[in-house]
Amino acid sequence: MSIDFIIAAFITVVGLTTPILLAGLGELVVEKSGVLNLGVEGMMLIGAVCGFALTYTYGFDYPGIAPWGGILAAAAGGALSALLFGFLVLELNSNQVATGLALAIFGTGLSSLIGQGFTGMIITPFGSIFPDALATGRYTQVIFGYSPLVYFALAMVPAVHWFLNRTRAGLILRAVGENDLSAHSIGYSVKQVRYAAIAFGGAMAGIGGAYFSMVITPMWAEKMTAGRGWIALALVVFAGWRTGRLLAGAFFFGVLMTLELYAKASGFSLVPSEVWAAMPYLMTVVALTLISRRETAGGNAPACLGKPFLPTA
Amino acid sequence: MTTRDTPRLELTGITKRFPGVLANDHVGFAVQPGEIHALLGENGAGKSTLVKMIYGIMQPDAGEIRWNGQPITVTSPKAARRLGIGMVFQHFSLFEAMTVLENIALGMDAKIPARELEAKILDVMKHYGLKLEPRRIVSTLSVGERQRIEIVRALLLNPKLLIMDEPTSVLTPQEVDQLFVVLRKLAAEGCSILYISHKLHEIKALCDTATILRGGKLVDTCNPKVETSRSMAEKMIGGSLKDIQRQPGAQFGAEKLVISDLSIPAAGHFGTALKGISFAVHAGEIFGIAGVAGNGQNDLLLALSGEVLSARPEAVTVDGKPIGLHAAKARRLFGMATVPEERNGHAAVPVFSLADNAILTARDRLGLAKSGMIRAGAAWTYADEVIEAFAVKATGPQAMAESLSGGNLQKYIMGREILQKPAVLVVSQPTWGVDAGAAAAIHQALVDLAAKGSAIVVISQDLDELLALCDTLAVINEGRLSKPMQVAGADIEEIGLLMGGIHGDAQATAAAKEALAHAH
Repeated sequence: MSIDFIIAAFITVVGLTTPILLAGLGELVVEKSGVLNLGVEGMMLIGAVCGFALTYTYGFDYPGIAPWGGILAAAAGGALSALLFGFLVLELNSNQVATGLALAIFGTGLSSLIGQGFTGMIITPFGSIFPDALATGRYTQVIFGYSPLVYFALAMVPAVHWFLNRTRAGLILRAVGENDLSAHSIGYSVKQVRYAAIAFGGAMAGIGGAYFSMVITPMWAEKMTAGRGWIALALVVFAGWRTGRLLAGAFFFGVLMTLELYAKASGFSLVPSEVWAAMPYLMTVVALTLISRRETAGGNAPACLGKPFLPTA
Repeated sequence: MTTRDTPRLELTGITKRFPGVLANDHVGFAVQPGEIHALLGENGAGKSTLVKMIYGIMQPDAGEIRWNGQPITVTSPKAARRLGIGMVFQHFSLFEAMTVLENIALGMDAKIPARELEAKILDVMKHYGLKLEPRRIVSTLSVGERQRIEIVRALLLNPKLLIMDEPTSVLTPQEVDQLFVVLRKLAAEGCSILYISHKLHEIKALCDTATILRGGKLVDTCNPKVETSRSMAEKMIGGSLKDIQRQPGAQFGAEKLVISDLSIPAAGHFGTALKGISFAVHAGEIFGIAGVAGNGQNDLLLALSGEVLSARPEAVTVDGKPIGLHAAKARRLFGMATVPEERNGHAAVPVFSLADNAILTARDRLGLAKSGMIRAGAAWTYADEVIEAFAVKATGPQAMAESLSGGNLQKYIMGREILQKPAVLVVSQPTWGVDAGAAAAIHQALVDLAAKGSAIVVISQDLDELLALCDTLAVINEGRLSKPMQVAGADIEEIGLLMGGIHGDAQATAAAKEALAHAH
């Protein structure tokens, strides 16, 4: 195995890790606030199409800032669709699982609708912003060769960890997820905290989705996130609601997905490439099963996860 | 304290109406600085509603709240805390997965750096002798320790009035003593305490004044040191308190339940191993098992109910039939009914209706299910019967178990078992968290069932209850059961020492007495 091959493989792994890391971090915060939003896939798709549409529309006139605008549009699209979910579960107390699944389906449909005029179009990938010498150098590309979104995702890992564990707002958010009624009785606004968490989760999922349409394959295609939203969901459980483990888990899934790509590309494979393609999803099932078998699993799971907030007074 | 002082808190004409209920009807009383003031009443008397208005969780429809002489409106708990009103809730508002420190930080309105807060907490704990480790996770703490978190949380705000809502209902006697020491010290420093309870002997021991509510109305404000427990209880329930009615000179029948050398290894981390437990209960006999919490009561109940099987079939016999290897369902068919301590989630399914809960334990004995199908009508009729016979306050058999108050659900669960006419009934903490009226009804039902020839085992931490109710008494300590003794003529001191774990050893007894003397 040559050093170039290892470098290329590593770069691919990082690229595939980023969207599920982004969506997973968002969902982690949402779940820590006690809300289970299963609509990650839908929010990613909405983010993907919003980001692409804005970048494509303004890309010719403002090539420098259009991708940044695209990222903002992706975040806004994801957050808005998440707030719709938030309204249903927080105001109307609808079932979180059912509403989340509905959001996943709704997002798939809505993104197809918005993306109708953009199918087959191509934009310039939102690549490295470092000088070419660094971004494409044989070794320096390992550090500098990525889209800004990759650095953003990596920076968000310690940021989210710090927020949850070191700030008062993070403490309140965890408290709301741990015992909503107590938090309410102390005088915190459970709904406000959850709205904020849900919006953040939607924005992160949206940015994760935009990574597909703006970086990996700089074009729009229906259902282009290919189920990565579901993997992001599993990742949160797999990580035991811990940010460090979320990063490790995302990287692990990134490796699995890279194996699939190489099996397809090289034609060399012990098993049909479909098996590799199925591997992340199989691993999701395996991970969830293993986790639920372990007695200590869920030790860090928010106690109010998925339960409606019904204050008595 | 003179009456000419401006009261710390004064309520006049407080009225609060809920749809269909007048929860508070022109209630008024005053709390002086440094006074420990009891708010006494049965479940549903309006105590909770009243303090919720003082603490700003609800607003009164009419009436006036004066704070140090000034009329005020308490718009929110935050506003209450700003005024200097602290509250310790009956159901703790704690976050299980978080540390003591984080829990306290969440209760603080001011943003204080963690290190400073920890120093403050240690200060308060030292001053009042409250022991807590700030870095411990709450889920690993005992109930008493959890309450201490709530108290520390309230004390950090330097309250001028501390509201305690049923603080002792979940504490061991030792923890109650420790709590009273803290409360007396607080009062001596000038903090007023509003103490909600229905435990009369505690109020007599602790409080300076008692305000009694019944059905939302103020009944009386009296001095609990002068009143008797009985007179206060009668004001509380609005009628004369019935003593337990027994048939005089009743004779016991044959042995119904015989436990012989029952030993069970400890279950998990928190279980207690049962070691060679033997006793016999006759028809018509009420057998009490006393002991401090955590000495194997729960394990014994599980071993009797059949949730934990014995090693030998003869370890548990009902009417001479060995059932030690039978599980709960089979044991019920042999006439063994059990009522565990935990009402919600163990004795009853909270989100099931009362009728469905009836099916759960009565389906075989009363044929509420036939060939796999539920007979909904029969279950409904039976649940209705129980509600009627035990005066359960519920909207009907369709009411969810969780919608009932503790006392009413307990009456329902007891009724559900008693009306099945069990040969043997085992109950644990039958009146835990139940008001005086319901407790009296439950006690009478147990006595009546015994009179009809059933054998009854009552496991309780409330020694007064056992002495009033039982014919025979034994003490459980570290999984061992003492020799049974007749309640008539039992030596309270000896029982107390047995609860502490001394088994007739003169030297150890003397040492324990000395230790007790030092502890006080």
